[in-house]
Amino acid sequence: MTTKKSKVVGLEQVVVRFAGDSGDGMQLTGSLFSDSTAFAGNDFATFPDYPAEIRAPQGTVAGVSGFQIHFGQNTVYTSGDLADVLIAMNPASLKANMKWIKKGAIIIIDADAFNEKGFERAGYAADPLSDGALDGYNVIKAPITLLTKEAVKHLDLDNKTTLKTKNMFALGIIMFLFNRDLKLINDYFESKFKANPLVVDANKAVLAAGFNYADTIEALGSTYKVEPAPLEKGRYRNITGNVATAWGFIAAAERSGRELFLGSYPITPATEILQELSSHKELSVKAFQAEDEIAGIVSAIGASYAGSLAITTTSGPGLSLKSEAIGLAVMTELPLVIVDVQRGGPSTGLPTKSEQSDLMQALYGRNGEAPVIIIAAQSSVDCFYGAFDAAKLSLEHMTPAILLTDGSLANGSEVFKIPRVADLPEIKPPLVAANDPDYKPYRRNPEKLNRYWAVPGTEGLRHRVGGLEKEDVSGNVSHDPLNHQKMIMLREEKVQRVANYIPDQAILGNDTGDLLIVSWGGTYGVMRTVVNKMQEQGKSISLAHFRYIMPLPRNTEQVFAGFKRILVCEINNGQFVKYLKMNFPQYRYEQYNKIQGLPFMIAELEDKFNSILNQ
Amino acid sequence: MESKFMENQIIQLTKEDFSSDQMVKWCPGCGDHAILHSVENVFPNLGIRKEDFVVVSGIGCSSRFPYYMNTYGMHGIHGRAAALATGVKLSNPSLSVWMITGDGDCMAIGGNHFIHTVRRNIDINILLFNNKIYGLTKGQYSPTTPRGSKTKTSPQGTFERPFNPGELVIGSQGNFFARTLDTNPKHMTAVFTEAARHKGTSVVEILQNCVIFFNKAHELITSRETKDDNQLMIEHGKPLIFGKEKNKGIVLRGTSLEVVTIGENGITESDLLVHNQYDPDPGIHMMLARMMPPEYPVALGIIRSVAAETFETIMMDSIIHEKERSKIKTVDDMLNSGNTWVIE
Repeated sequence: MTTKKSKVVGLEQVVVRFAGDSGDGMQLTGSLFSDSTAFAGNDFATFPDYPAEIRAPQGTVAGVSGFQIHFGQNTVYTSGDLADVLIAMNPASLKANMKWIKKGAIIIIDADAFNEKGFERAGYAADPLSDGALDGYNVIKAPITLLTKEAVKHLDLDNKTTLKTKNMFALGIIMFLFNRDLKLINDYFESKFKANPLVVDANKAVLAAGFNYADTIEALGSTYKVEPAPLEKGRYRNITGNVATAWGFIAAAERSGRELFLGSYPITPATEILQELSSHKELSVKAFQAEDEIAGIVSAIGASYAGSLAITTTSGPGLSLKSEAIGLAVMTELPLVIVDVQRGGPSTGLPTKSEQSDLMQALYGRNGEAPVIIIAAQSSVDCFYGAFDAAKLSLEHMTPAILLTDGSLANGSEVFKIPRVADLPEIKPPLVAANDPDYKPYRRNPEKLNRYWAVPGTEGLRHRVGGLEKEDVSGNVSHDPLNHQKMIMLREEKVQRVANYIPDQAILGNDTGDLLIVSWGGTYGVMRTVVNKMQEQGKSISLAHFRYIMPLPRNTEQVFAGFKRILVCEINNGQFVKYLKMNFPQYRYEQYNKIQGLPFMIAELEDKFNSILNQ
Repeated sequence: MESKFMENQIIQLTKEDFSSDQMVKWCPGCGDHAILHSVENVFPNLGIRKEDFVVVSGIGCSSRFPYYMNTYGMHGIHGRAAALATGVKLSNPSLSVWMITGDGDCMAIGGNHFIHTVRRNIDINILLFNNKIYGLTKGQYSPTTPRGSKTKTSPQGTFERPFNPGELVIGSQGNFFARTLDTNPKHMTAVFTEAARHKGTSVVEILQNCVIFFNKAHELITSRETKDDNQLMIEHGKPLIFGKEKNKGIVLRGTSLEVVTIGENGITESDLLVHNQYDPDPGIHMMLARMMPPEYPVALGIIRSVAAETFETIMMDSIIHEKERSKIKTVDDMLNSGNTWVIE
C-alpha cells in the first residue's frame, strides 16, 4: 500500500463522537481513543451516551450508543458541545446524532450498513446519503463491514467474531486522521486477549486496515494534529466521576485512620461507586450490597456508630427512601456521607440523563429540623476531592454530609493529576479515649459544637444513642420543651459553623462588574469555558461557581454585592436561585434553567449572557 | 481480631454491670420486664467484655430496650434494626450484637431486612418479642395477630393470615430458631444463652404478653390450666412428649406430624419423634415451628441450631485473601494502578 503525504493541519481542540448500535463496542472504541489521546499529551474529557435499555432492538435509534471525547492543547473543561467528527456505524447512529454535530463536520459511516433494512429500522423514509440532508458535510462512505471481513479472511474466523472487530476499523480511520501511533492500541490487544492469539491478530489486522484505508483514500485531504497541552508536571490518569468518588472515600479513610464501610443498593447512575468499592477489599474496604436503599444507609449508620467511615451511595429516588434514616444520623450526631448522583426526576424520570434537581431534597427533604452539610462536586475529577472533603467535614464535625454529583460527572471522564495520599489534608475525627472520666454522650466541642465519638469496644464509654430527642450533655431521652429547642439550635449552629472551616467563595474574573453568573455543582466546566471566552472578548462578566451549598461560604453576600445583575444558571427549574433568594433577599436574581436531561451548550449560554449584557 | 468468647480469661461480671440508671417505662405487668431481667442475667455469664455488647432496636415498646441496658446501644428507626445491627457487626465483627424487635417492627415494616439478614447469616442475636399486637400505637393488628381478631383497625376481625416467625426464619434459610415464653425466666435464660453461643443469625421468638392491648394472647400456652396440653418443651435428643400426664407425644406419619397418646393404639415412647436440633434438613424443624393449638402443642425451646459459615467470616477471609493476593498494597498504589502517564 502506498503512503501519500497528506497535509497536517494543527487544531487547538477537537470533538469526536463515536456512535453505533449498543452491541457495536463504541464505548471500548472511545475509551481506547481516550488512552491514545492521553499518550499524545492532550488534555481531554469524555462522555458516554448510552441507551437506558441494555440491548434495545438492533439498528433502531433507541439502541444507539455513543461516546464523545473533547481534547485540546489547552485545558479542557467539558466533554464538548457539537462534534467535529462523527463515526456512525449504522443509519440509526447517524439519525440520532445529526443534531450533535457541527455544520461541515466529517461524518464517517459504515456504507455497508446503509441499506434498505438499515433505513427502515432507523425510521428513515429514504436514503439519507442521497436526499441532500448531508450537503455541506464531509461524508466518508467507508465499506467498513466488507473491508473488515477482507482484513481477517486469512484467519478463518466465524462471522460473529469477525463482525465484532469492525469497531477497530473505525478506530483505525480516526487514529490516522489524528496522526496517532497504533502501538498503544496493539499493546492493549495483546494484554487483553492474551489467552486468544487469534483475536489479537484479528483486532490488529482490522485496526491496521482501517488506518491504511484512511491513508489511501482521497477523501481525507488532510490529517489533524493537536499539540500537547501544557499540563503541570506529574503522573496522570483518566478517571470517571464515579471512580473518583469511590477513590476519594478510600483516601479519606486512609487519612482519618478509619476503615471505610459502604452500605448501598444498585441504582443508575450511582452503581459504579458500589462496584468500584466492592473491588478494593485489599485496602480493607467493606462494601455491603444491601437489600434496599434503606438498609444501605441504616447499615452505614450502624457502621458509623461502631467506628467506621461510613457512606451510602444513591441517586434521587434512593435519596427519597433514605430521608428518615438521614434524620437518624442527624439526631444521633454520627458521621455519615450520603452520595447522590443526580439524574432526571421526579420518580423514575430519566435514569440515564443528568439533572441538578435534587438540591431542595438534599437541603430540606426530611422530617423535623434536620440540617446536613452539602457539597456539590464540580467536575469528574472533583468528585475525588468532593468525596474527600465531605468525609473530612462529616467526621470532624460529627454530622451527616450529602455529596451531590450528577450523571454527567459520574459517567464522564477527565484527566486526573494523581495526588500523593500523604499530601492530602489530615482528617482528625473527635474520638474519645478509653475511660475518659469527662465523657458524656452529648457533651460538645466548644468551637465546632460536635459531640464526641465513643466507639463500641472501648472501655468506660458505654452509652446509648437513638432517634428520640436527647437531653443536652447527658444524652438521656428527653421530652423537655426547652431542651428540644436548645438541641435544635445546637444542631443547626453546628452545621453553620462548618463555614469557618471551608474556603471563601471564589470569583472567576473581577469582583465587580455588570453581570455575575452564578452556578453550582456539575456545570462548572461549561460555565468557566463560556465566561472565560467572554472575558477575553472584554465583556464585564464574572463567575461565582458554588461547591459548598450548606453552609454557604461566609463571604457569599459580599460576592453578590459587586454586580449590577446576577444570573443563576441551573439544570433544574430554579432550586439554587430559590435558596439564594431566601438567604439573601436583598439582591435581585435572574435565572436561566434547562430541564431537558441535557447539559448546557456553550452557544446557548453565550447568547443568553450577551442578551443580558446588551440590554 | 479478638475472639468473641475469651476462653482463657474469666470475666467476672454480674447483673448489676448491665442494669442502666434509666427508669423503665413499660406498663406494669408487661412481659418485657421479665425479658429484660433474663437478658441481664445472661449477659454476665457469656464471657464477653461488657464493652463488647451492642444492643440495637427499631421502634415499638420492645425497642426501648437498649435504653434499659448499660451497654453500647442504639435505638433506631422503625423496622430497620436488622440493618443497623448488620452495620455494627460488619464494621466490627468482634462485637456481640443483639437486636431487640417486636412483631410489628420485625415482621411488618422490617420484614424485608429481617429475611435478608437471616439469609446472610450475620452473627447477630435477634430477640423477637411477639405479643401479636401493636402496643406503642395502642392496639392495631400486627402481622402475627390471629385471623379474625378484633382490634382498633379490624373492628370486624382481621382478614389476613398471620405470619409464623419460625416459618419465615427457616424459609429464609435460617440456621437458628428458638421459641420461649415471657412467663418462664429459666427457659428464657437457657434459650438466650444458647442463641448467644450460636455463630450466625439466631432468632428467638418470645411469646410475650401485652397486658393492655391483647391481654392473654398466649393464654392457652401459658395458663396453669391449659399449658401442659398446649406446650411442648423440646430438647435435643429427647422424644417429643407433652401433656399433663406426660402421655402425649408427636410422631412422624408420612410427611406430617401427628399427636398421639402413649399407650393407645399400641403407641410406646419409642415410636415418638426424637428431636434433632442440629439436623441440617429443615423439614422437621419447619413442621415443629408450624405447630399451633388447638391441633398441636406449641414447640418451645431450640427448634433449629445448625452450624454454618457466617457472612462476616467470609467477608473478613476475603479481605485477608485480597490483601495477600493484590498488587495494590496502599492507596497510592491504587491511584497509580492501570493506565497512567507522566508529563515532564
